[in-house]
Amino acid sequence: MNTIATLHIGEKGIISDEMIDKIPLKLLEMGCLPGAEVELLQLAPLKDPLYICVNGSHLAIRKETASLIQLIKSE
Amino acid sequence: MGKNPIKVALIGNPNTGKTSLFNQLTGLSQKVGNYPGITVDKKQGTCKLPDNYTAIITDLPGTYSINPTSIDESIVIKTLLNTKDDNYPDVIVVVADVENLKRNLFLFSQIKDLKIPTVLVINMSDQMERKGIKIDLPSLEEAVNAEVVLISARKKIGIEQVKKAILSSHISHKTEPMCAVNKRIDIEYFDTLKKVVPSHNLYELWLMITQNNFPETITPEEKKRLLAFKHDASKLKKYQHKETIYRYQKINEILKKSYQVDRSKATDVRSKLDKVFTHKIFGYVLFFTILFLIFQSIFDWASAPMDFIDSTFANLSNFIKLKLPAGVFTDLITEGIIPGIGGVLIFIPQIAILFLFVAVLEETGYMSRVVFLMDKIMRRYGMSGKSVIPLISGTACAIPAVMATRTISGWKERLITILVVPFTTCSARLPVYAILISLIIPDRKIFGFIGLQGLTLLALYVLGFATAIISAFILNKIIKVKNRSFFVIEMPNYKIPSVKNVLLEVLEKTKAFVFGAGKIILAISVVLWFLASNGAEEFDNVERNIQKNTINKQFTPSEITQIIASEKLEKSYIGMMGKAIEPAIRPLGYDWKIGIALISSFAAREVFVGTLATIYSVENKDENNSTIKQKMAAEVRPSTGEKLFNFPVGMSLLVFYAFAMQCIGTFAIVKRETKTWKWPLIQLFGMGALAYIAAFIVYQILS
Repeated sequence: MNTIATLHIGEKGIISDEMIDKIPLKLLEMGCLPGAEVELLQLAPLKDPLYICVNGSHLAIRKETASLIQLIKSE
Repeated sequence: MGKNPIKVALIGNPNTGKTSLFNQLTGLSQKVGNYPGITVDKKQGTCKLPDNYTAIITDLPGTYSINPTSIDESIVIKTLLNTKDDNYPDVIVVVADVENLKRNLFLFSQIKDLKIPTVLVINMSDQMERKGIKIDLPSLEEAVNAEVVLISARKKIGIEQVKKAILSSHISHKTEPMCAVNKRIDIEYFDTLKKVVPSHNLYELWLMITQNNFPETITPEEKKRLLAFKHDASKLKKYQHKETIYRYQKINEILKKSYQVDRSKATDVRSKLDKVFTHKIFGYVLFFTILFLIFQSIFDWASAPMDFIDSTFANLSNFIKLKLPAGVFTDLITEGIIPGIGGVLIFIPQIAILFLFVAVLEETGYMSRVVFLMDKIMRRYGMSGKSVIPLISGTACAIPAVMATRTISGWKERLITILVVPFTTCSARLPVYAILISLIIPDRKIFGFIGLQGLTLLALYVLGFATAIISAFILNKIIKVKNRSFFVIEMPNYKIPSVKNVLLEVLEKTKAFVFGAGKIILAISVVLWFLASNGAEEFDNVERNIQKNTINKQFTPSEITQIIASEKLEKSYIGMMGKAIEPAIRPLGYDWKIGIALISSFAAREVFVGTLATIYSVENKDENNSTIKQKMAAEVRPSTGEKLFNFPVGMSLLVFYAFAMQCIGTFAIVKRETKTWKWPLIQLFGMGALAYIAAFIVYQILS
């Protein structure tokens, strides 16, 4: 299963609209929406937290959250 | 004239320059108050508008959504739902950042649906050209149904237009909502909701039931009906998701017509800086280097102003003592109030310098990178990356540090941070450490350049941090709190800090310390003065007895005065307390005199030094030639004749002060922030027990 947590640095993906109920409301509100492109910019040691860019927002989220957000693999 | 001031609320995402705009609009007229019941700072200021109107501007805490996830953010919804609230605004100004307009419009769309006249201010517009952004202002204004103003708060561009827009929005009173939530999601559901309390706006009702926040405009009967309506929690959550997606769809439609970005123009300073600042190795090296430099500068810069404050207050005390007639009132002023105020002000240099650094690091955007780097490490100890800022602040003073934990959204992570912050070496411990170290550690260098005394001080800092981390680890295993922690932090663009914002921030934090902690320290100083200058029957007879006993011996009048002072302290209430606790502290190597100092240092730790100075003033023939240190060094145990402040006692005291929560101000702020007596009491006794046991072990091993 592709999630934000399985991306490599510099890789991009599109957020899938399956399982959107699992995405915390606050993340949706900050622009982490189905159909939006996510890019993984940087990883902290032990791959947690993740530094992502989505919908123009630059955010850091924890791995446990990132693995809830499913992606449609792109490119 | 005679026009009522217009109440304006400033709302916006964090890092949009909302505070810059607030500072530009209100300047130094701003005041910091408290919201009733909670301790979130309420910043307000006044501002002149055209046509002799004035505005009272409230800077609401930064938030990404009207749906709160922290205490600070909950202020926004509390203020905006209660139409009877004193702060309920006539006009709302939503501050947006030109680069993140989409996400900022999300908050704007929520605000607009509350049907309050709203102005949209787009900040940092001076960077539009450089970033390849084009905005079609008329089309945007039409689409959002509000006045839109482009500004650059830092460069003071567009501030007058904001004032005009506030006034004209107040007069035109446009209140059309932007996204009618009900239609797209579930018409039937929302129509029913509307009928539950027809007197209120539908979006308000929706917020009330989703946020469980019922203002006083809702009667208990209506509240009951609303609670009955919201029984299906899964539906609420689903519809909130749908609402969010719908809002973004609408915003995308609007921006497609009025907002264009030429991505090729985007420069990539951010990603280049991020590569360094968030690097797996260099990131940490850089962070610890910056920390080291901060502490180094605090010591270098603060010592001169601290000495100045110290001597000024001592001189002031002596001066007033000479000018006023002797008596209880003069004593209260010169021995209670003035040293009390001095004891508060002496910390200002260190606290202000530390907060200067913290404010600069936050303004530049660097602090978010630190949070990112430290989150995983801190989580192992039950804290969050956001706990780093309180832990650093704790080296100045635990009080603002405990307040700085509010940004941590998980309750357990926040609680653990609050509980361990007082272990970090705060500035009040330094005078105590300094005098004890100089007494027991020889002023020698090892390897020719490392001073032993400095090394001991460093070891005490490390001890403080290590204890904080270890106790966090233990607390994390013990505390069982239902924790729905969810962590997200925005990584803002790097910015050059604005001098005005930084200085106002430092001013505000320092004021919070002076008026929050200061009041308590002052009050305790006065109480201690009373306890030290009053006593039972024996106390009143001290003077007569000593005059009688010394009449045939060779004492100068000044020696007799000192003997009386010391004897009085022994017979005073506080002396009685010191004697009472002596059996308990004897195993740690302390006598009743140190006991007095321990009790009185509950006001603030550094009072320890001053109290000992008073107690030990007796042995010295000529006071002018003797510092507190010399007095303490000369003190001997009456029973054995050996030095009292020897190595074991000194080490035992150092360890005691490193661990004990000797600070009533911290106790009070923890009570306020956790809203129970439970946690501050656990903290007080837990830290006290640890201090006692550790000091006991140290003394018994060394002696």
